This record gives sequence, structure tokens and C-alpha cells, in this order.
Amino acid sequence: MMWTWTRSRTCAVLAVIAALVFGAWPASAQEPIKIGFGMALTGGLAAGGKSCVIAMQLWADDVNKKGGLLGRKVQLVYYDDQTKGATVPGIYSKLLDVDKVHFVVSGYGTNLIAPAMPIVMERKLVFPALFGLANNEKHNYPGYFQIMPAGPRPALDWTNTFLEVAIRQTPKAQTIAIVGADAEYPHNAIAGMRENVKKAGLKVVYDSFYPPTTVDFTPIARAIKALNPDIVFVASYPPDTAGMVLAAHEVGLRPKLFGGGMVGLQFAALLTKLGPKLNGIVNYDFWVPEPTLKFPGIDEFLKRYQAQAAKEGVDPLGHYLPPWAYSYVQVLGQAIEGTKSLDQQKVAEYIRSKEHDTIVGKVKFGGNGEWAQSRVLQVQFQGIDSGDIAQFHKPGKRVVLWPEKFKSGNIIYPYEKALK
Amino acid sequence: MVSLDLLLNALAAGLLLGGFYAAVSLGISMAFGLLDIVNIAHPVFVILGSYAAYIMNARFGFDPILTGVLFTPVFYVLGVVLYRIYYASFERKGAESLRGLVFFFGVLFIVEVSLLLAFGVDYRMVEARYIGESIHIGPVGLAYRLLVPFVVGVMLTGALYWFLARTFYGRAVQAVAQDAFALRLMGANPFKVKSIAFGLAIATAALAGALLIMIGPVEPALNREYIGRVFAVAVLGGMGSISGTLVAALLLGVAESLTATFSGPSWSVAVSFAVLLLALAVRPAGLFGR
Repeated sequence: MMWTWTRSRTCAVLAVIAALVFGAWPASAQEPIKIGFGMALTGGLAAGGKSCVIAMQLWADDVNKKGGLLGRKVQLVYYDDQTKGATVPGIYSKLLDVDKVHFVVSGYGTNLIAPAMPIVMERKLVFPALFGLANNEKHNYPGYFQIMPAGPRPALDWTNTFLEVAIRQTPKAQTIAIVGADAEYPHNAIAGMRENVKKAGLKVVYDSFYPPTTVDFTPIARAIKALNPDIVFVASYPPDTAGMVLAAHEVGLRPKLFGGGMVGLQFAALLTKLGPKLNGIVNYDFWVPEPTLKFPGIDEFLKRYQAQAAKEGVDPLGHYLPPWAYSYVQVLGQAIEGTKSLDQQKVAEYIRSKEHDTIVGKVKFGGNGEWAQSRVLQVQFQGIDSGDIAQFHKPGKRVVLWPEKFKSGNIIYPYEKALK
Repeated sequence: MVSLDLLLNALAAGLLLGGFYAAVSLGISMAFGLLDIVNIAHPVFVILGSYAAYIMNARFGFDPILTGVLFTPVFYVLGVVLYRIYYASFERKGAESLRGLVFFFGVLFIVEVSLLLAFGVDYRMVEARYIGESIHIGPVGLAYRLLVPFVVGVMLTGALYWFLARTFYGRAVQAVAQDAFALRLMGANPFKVKSIAFGLAIATAALAGALLIMIGPVEPALNREYIGRVFAVAVLGGMGSISGTLVAALLLGVAESLTATFSGPSWSVAVSFAVLLLALAVRPAGLFGR
């Protein structure tokens, strides 16, 4: 009897030790899997950055409700990068050395991803990235996975879609004006556009950058108008996008095709204030509420996001960034579960080799960490008669022109026709 | 080849832009030039004025200029209170130079963070029928979005010039700028005079903010982009010179516009600052500085 009791007790003690050592412990009592990042919560990109945090938190909540990853809760650890590249290296050093996060993902935007690359590469980390344009072009780092569907040659594929729309129209465009902000994203986009323009055989009649602090865009619009280009391609950030659209109307700039790379025309703040002035503009986007883009889970996600966004005073539509912010951590989560590991190399290999089901559709990365195939949309604003936000929840206002697979309507061409 | 139409339009756009720059810079010129107060927080009060215009426009449909005028007394009181705190904490103790700078840095961050908490980080714009429209006089097109700020900027400059040159308190402000100690010997109270002048400097931000949000979208951190520009205008004009501020603002506006039109916009800031350096090399006290 005594022997039996002692053996039972010994077994119990061993079981407890085994549980502690091998991790067979209730999920809630274990250290969470920490995912760290810097995000623009103040500064120029803060509107987007805050909406990304809401989306990522929704993903973490979804995962934790289902029991976490590998039986452990997920915890997001993040700091405000103030939309300043200079803050990024310090943030990532702190995340890795002080907070001891298990994984890092990028903040939002090309300018904020670039300064994180050296530290990520040095430590050989898997690095899901959010809306960086050609950040890995020079590094070719194998752990980099960028969720924006810019395609394997991001600088080229991004802008090529705009030209794909242009070259299919009659009368055929012959000349182009290229203008953008003097910042990283427009530089990359315009570098790609210049190459695409050469291939398309168009004549460049205007090619210039403007300082990001530019207040008045009418001299630029007027200088472009004087050259009478068929196409005006603009790569801009939200304040300058508003400035360029207003200036184009004020000086009567009427090319055959106008738009291309304007950031800001995806957010409710600008859509509702520019209203009918948007009609006819053809611009890039990644998701719009057209019937051709209804992926499983997207509508439900947007409902939850929009409820949260209303409380926090960020983009109430959430069509542009939030689904992608949800998806890039969704891919990371699937890889952790798929490999049953926190090993950086194994997780990276899994992300690289598999196709992932996300709320933005199926995601497959190519060799350089960009999407294996471009899915940059070109949409045209049509039939906008007011600044009412309700219209942007419905289909038919941002009609998908390209790619063919997701096309939801026909272009109104030339631009002037859509203004009437 | 330079076409006459393009040249006239570039000049007109530059003048309009200059009028706006003048409105934004007048407060700095008064505080820094006349009162010797390094109020680097001035641009954030301009942004505060923009948000006042935004709220009144979004909730009640008020025209931004009307809001600017209505909020001018509120901002005046805000300026007077701010100066009193500054005076009691630093100026009275003779610690205004470096600590005062830190104080205004602190004010800048407090106002900016308060705006962030209250309104979030989204860009805000106002609606008015004339925004996005323009008027044509011969070959010259003038965007209302810039024409209105120009007119208001010039009127504001004129009003401040008149106040400083023709009123008792205006002359007293100029006397403080010259010699506060001598003013005290004459039986006047420099503290009172300076608090009125600082109140006026901040009051200009209510109107300047309304003009700013009329021109383009605004977010709380935008003030930082204007710090360099408004100081450049104030220094070029000659610290404390109201008419100099207007001339400098117009000069920089025209330089920016001509460069953007004929040489490409990437050179516009460089040319503006080259104008500033050149002018300071010839006249170190600024164009109208004494």
C-alpha cells in the first residue's frame, strides 16, 4: 500500500515537471506569443496606421478566441513610429532586445519599412511587411513577405496597370506627364512608370517631383496643362492628392486619363470631401466593394472594423488598409500553426512555399517576397453626386477596370466625359 | 519657351500664396520680432484655428472665414492667458530665453496631442461652395481657395499695421519692442502692453487656421511643416515689421510659384531659401528690419 502511494505521488510530481518542461500547460498560463511592430500612430500616415492596429487587434482577438496559436495566446506589442523613419531602428531593437517578441512585422508604408530592414536581415527574422513598394528590391532578403499585391516587380507592376488601362482606349494616348511627391513611395512608383512608359512608346512631356510641404498645386497643374498631355500620372500622399485634384479642377486640367498613384483616394476623409470632383479619375486600389471582389470573411471583418473605427475616429470605410493589415498577420499565424514552430526559418519557408487563404483572397508570394502575381486594381470613380459616405459602401462608385479577372464595369473615356 | 499666359498665372498664384503665408506668419512676426517671445508653438495655434473652422463647418455649416472671425476673440483671450503664464513662470524671473523656448515646445506638444485625442489622426477638410472653383480675369485664373486667403491675409496685415501705427496701444507695443525699461519709466505697464500684443498675435492664428483648412486637408501634426516656413517669412521681412512680413511672404510665394511653373516644383523650396539667404546677406536684419 505504502509503495503504491509513493509511486502515485512520484508520478504526479513527474507529470507536473513534464508539463512545465514540455509546455503541456493550460494556454492561459503560458507566456503569450508576442508579435511586435512599430506603427504610425501620429504624423502623416497616422490615419492609416491607427486603422491597421484595429484590424490587427481584431485578428489577435479572433485567434485568441479559438485558443491562440500552438495553444498560446497572441499578444501584439507596438509603438508609435510617428511616421518617422528615424524612430524605426530604435523601436525594433527595443521589441527584440527588451520586449523579447517572438516575431516582428512591419509598420505601414515604404518609408517606415526601409529602416527596419537592416536589423531584420542581420538577425535573420521572418518579416511580413505592410504596404511597402519595392523595399526588398535591392536586398532580396528571403524572409521578407509583403502583403500589398504589387506583384513580383512592384515598381513596374504597380504603375503598369495604369498604362494597361490607358493603351486599350481610343483615341490612343501619345503623351504623358508624370508628377509626384519627393518621397520614397512616389520615387519608386515613378521610377517604375518611367520604364513602363518607355516600353509603351509614350512621350514624356513633364516629369517632376514636388516637395512634400507644397501648399499650392495650381502652378504645377497649370504647367502640366500648358503641355497638354494625354495622360497625367500622379504619385502623391493624401494632402497633396487633395491639392492636385482641386488644382486640376481650378485650372481646367483635362487630360484623357488622370490619376494612377494617388494615395488618399481610398479613405473616407478625402472621398467625402472631394465628392463629385473625383468623377473620372482612374486610380489604383486594392479592394473595393464590387461584386467581383467578395472574398470569404471580408464583409464580416469590415462590419466589425467599422464599428470599432467609429469609436476611435479613424477611417470609417476601412476598405484600403485594414483588410491587408488583418491578412499579413493572418498569414503569419497560419505559418506558425502550419509549422507548429516559432522557428524563424521554418515559418519563412512555410510562408514562401504555400498559398494562404485570407480575407483578401488567396495569397501566394514569389521569390522576392512580393506577390507572385500582381493584383493592383485600377478603379474609376463614376457617378458620384455628393459627399455622402453611404454611397462608397455600395458597388458602382469605384468601378474596377483592371485586371480583367476582377473587372466590374467599363471605363468612361476620356476623363472629361466622366465630369459631365 | 515662357508663355505670357503662364507667366501671368504663375505671378498671380504666387501673390495669392504669399497672402496666405503672410496671414500665417504675422503672429510669429509680432511675438518674435516685437515682443522677443520665441513662440514656436504659433503654428499649432494655426492648426487649432483650422479645427475650430472644421467643427463649425461640419456641425453647423459655417463658412470657415466666418468661424475665423468669430474665434478671433477666443484666441485673443487664449493668447493673453498663455502670456500671463509665460510671464509669471519665466519672463519675470529673467529666464525667458532657453526655458521659454522649452515652454513653447511643451505648449506645442500639449495642443497637438489634445487635438489628436479629440479628433484622431484623420485628415480634415471643410466644405464651401467656392472651394475647387476659380474666377478668370482675362487669361489669369484665380482659385477662390487661394484668392480668399489672399484677401483675408492682406486685410489682416492692413488691420495690424493700422493698429500698431495709429492707436495708443499699438504705439505702446512698438515702444515695448524698443525699450521696455524706458516705457516703465514713463509710467506705462509693459506687462499689460505685451499681454495685449501677444493676445493679438495668437488671435491671428484663428483666421490663419481657417485659411489653411480652406486650402487643403489638415491633421494635428501638420503644424511642424509650417514652423520653418513662417520663421523664414518673419526673418526675411525683418523681425517685427508687419509690412515687411507681407512683402516677404509675397516674395517667397512668387518665387515658389515661378519656380514650380518654369523649373519644376522640386526646386521651389531651394529657390525660396536661396532668396532668404541672399536677402539676409545684403540686409542682415531682413528687408524691413531696423
